[in-house]
Amino acid sequence: MTTHPLPGPGSHQAAPPTAAPAAAALSVEGLSLSFGGIKALRDVSFDVAPGSITALIGPNGAGKTSMFNCISGFYRPSTGRILMDGRDVSQVHAPDRARMGFARTFQNIALFRGMTVLDNIKLGRHAHLKTNIFQALAYFGAAAREEEALRAEIERDVIDFLEINHIRNAPVAALSYGLQKRVELARALAMRPRILLLDEPVAGMNREETEDMARFILDVKEEWGITILMVEHDMGMVMDISDHVVVLNFGQVIARGLPHEVQQNPEVVAAYLGSGDPAALMKRLAEEGAA
Amino acid sequence: MSMETLFFLEVTLAGLGSGALLSLTALAFVLIYKATKIINLAVSELLMMGAYFFLAFAAGMGMSAWLAIPLAVAGGGLIGAVVERGIIRRMLGESPISVFMVTVGLGSVLIGLVELVWGADPRTIPDFIGRAPVFLGEAYVSRKIFVAFLVSGAVIAVFLLLFRFWRGGVALRATATDQAAAYSCGINVPGVFSLAWIIGCATAAGAGVLLGSIGGLSPTMGAFGLSALVVVIVGGLDSPFGALVGGLFIGLVEAYAGTYLGGEYKLVATFSILVLMLVIRPYGLFGTREIERL
Repeated sequence: MTTHPLPGPGSHQAAPPTAAPAAAALSVEGLSLSFGGIKALRDVSFDVAPGSITALIGPNGAGKTSMFNCISGFYRPSTGRILMDGRDVSQVHAPDRARMGFARTFQNIALFRGMTVLDNIKLGRHAHLKTNIFQALAYFGAAAREEEALRAEIERDVIDFLEINHIRNAPVAALSYGLQKRVELARALAMRPRILLLDEPVAGMNREETEDMARFILDVKEEWGITILMVEHDMGMVMDISDHVVVLNFGQVIARGLPHEVQQNPEVVAAYLGSGDPAALMKRLAEEGAA
Repeated sequence: MSMETLFFLEVTLAGLGSGALLSLTALAFVLIYKATKIINLAVSELLMMGAYFFLAFAAGMGMSAWLAIPLAVAGGGLIGAVVERGIIRRMLGESPISVFMVTVGLGSVLIGLVELVWGADPRTIPDFIGRAPVFLGEAYVSRKIFVAFLVSGAVIAVFLLLFRFWRGGVALRATATDQAAAYSCGINVPGVFSLAWIIGCATAAGAGVLLGSIGGLSPTMGAFGLSALVVVIVGGLDSPFGALVGGLFIGLVEAYAGTYLGGEYKLVATFSILVLMLVIRPYGLFGTREIERL
């Protein structure tokens, strides 16, 4: 896989017909979010088709992670709605969204440090376990059996699938960056999500690790049938595995479509590389200086 | 058995008894720290509140001890819930030092309230344990200390089992480690905070009832909590097992120092251990040592 860090009018794939998604697994409608006077997101709308990989790209500070935080319920957008399978989830709290089937990974790995890989992954299933504290007090056996069943299931489905069997009892803090990212994915998969949000799944990885991760993401889509929305800067990977690309710039959607369409979109190229027009650059710098 | 050996054995038993009580109090610190990364210094005063609640229910309202004890424990839990909802949750994201200072202030407020209601004089609470001494073989143990040991031991055993076998124990740790990640795993983070405060404060109140029945009560009886804080630092701030071992250890050290060196050496010994521990093993005997990969 070749990695080209910037989208350029270089690839010439045959254009499959752009199929409009029938019922989106995830819809964002007119979402706006501001922090004080800074408008992080401005009237953002896009759909994610069921069972697809959609990439959310854009320069740094474009609002991609803010978008993720809105979808997973950490931020409350000032306007707009988020729908899952047509159902409005805008008012649902973050832990309940996780229970409804949203799982995510984080840009700056958010693992439970000091715990083992297995404990981290098991916590992904936390929300789905049944015994509460009083039952656990009354029936230690039942709680212990539930834990045991959970461990077996996770080892079978997640650990083997992501090829992390050899590190399952290692403390996560001692793992390499690439493996930590993989454990984070494992934890998200243990949640048995319907929608998986991946925030820069291959950031900081070498080529081999990137290829492994890309393969795992494709397998997740194909074998688990999970809908994936991913933020990623590695354009090679985005172009290779995504079905649909949404481009954000300064909190607004500036383009969307198939990977190669987006790649050739002049506005997208301008957002990443500048327009190549010195006058436009001077104008932008003047605007930014004034702001 | 020679007199010296027997005496040593009795001192040891008394030390283990008060050590178990220290463990129970330490557990209140550990529970709250484990979930919220906050050292709640008001645990000491909740201990005292528990004893005064028992006094109010048993002596003031004439209830039987078997009704007054659960009510006193529930009273502690209620204070925990109110404090968490009313103060601590509003401080989410503030620096740990600010929150720590709030718990220091809260302790003073509770002492003041108790002095307003019950006065500053020491009180005794109605006896519900009995006075008949207990003999383990030839060794004499005060019945109250014996009962305190059994009760503390049972409660700690339950907590240890919960942490071992119940996912809530892991959820508690997860919440403390990374709140965003905990949220995204579907853990109800504010709920975990509330639960930890309620259970922690209720535990402290229960320990207070036991402590009050042994040594009587006064608004300053929370000083016992300082020794428990040493226990927590020795055992590890986030380790319930460390609270158990540390409590018994400090209990024994205090008993030996108090008996063989003189009462004034009790706290000297305890706090010397604290200083030594902070120098050689600041995360405690059983605490989590943060591994950082740089």
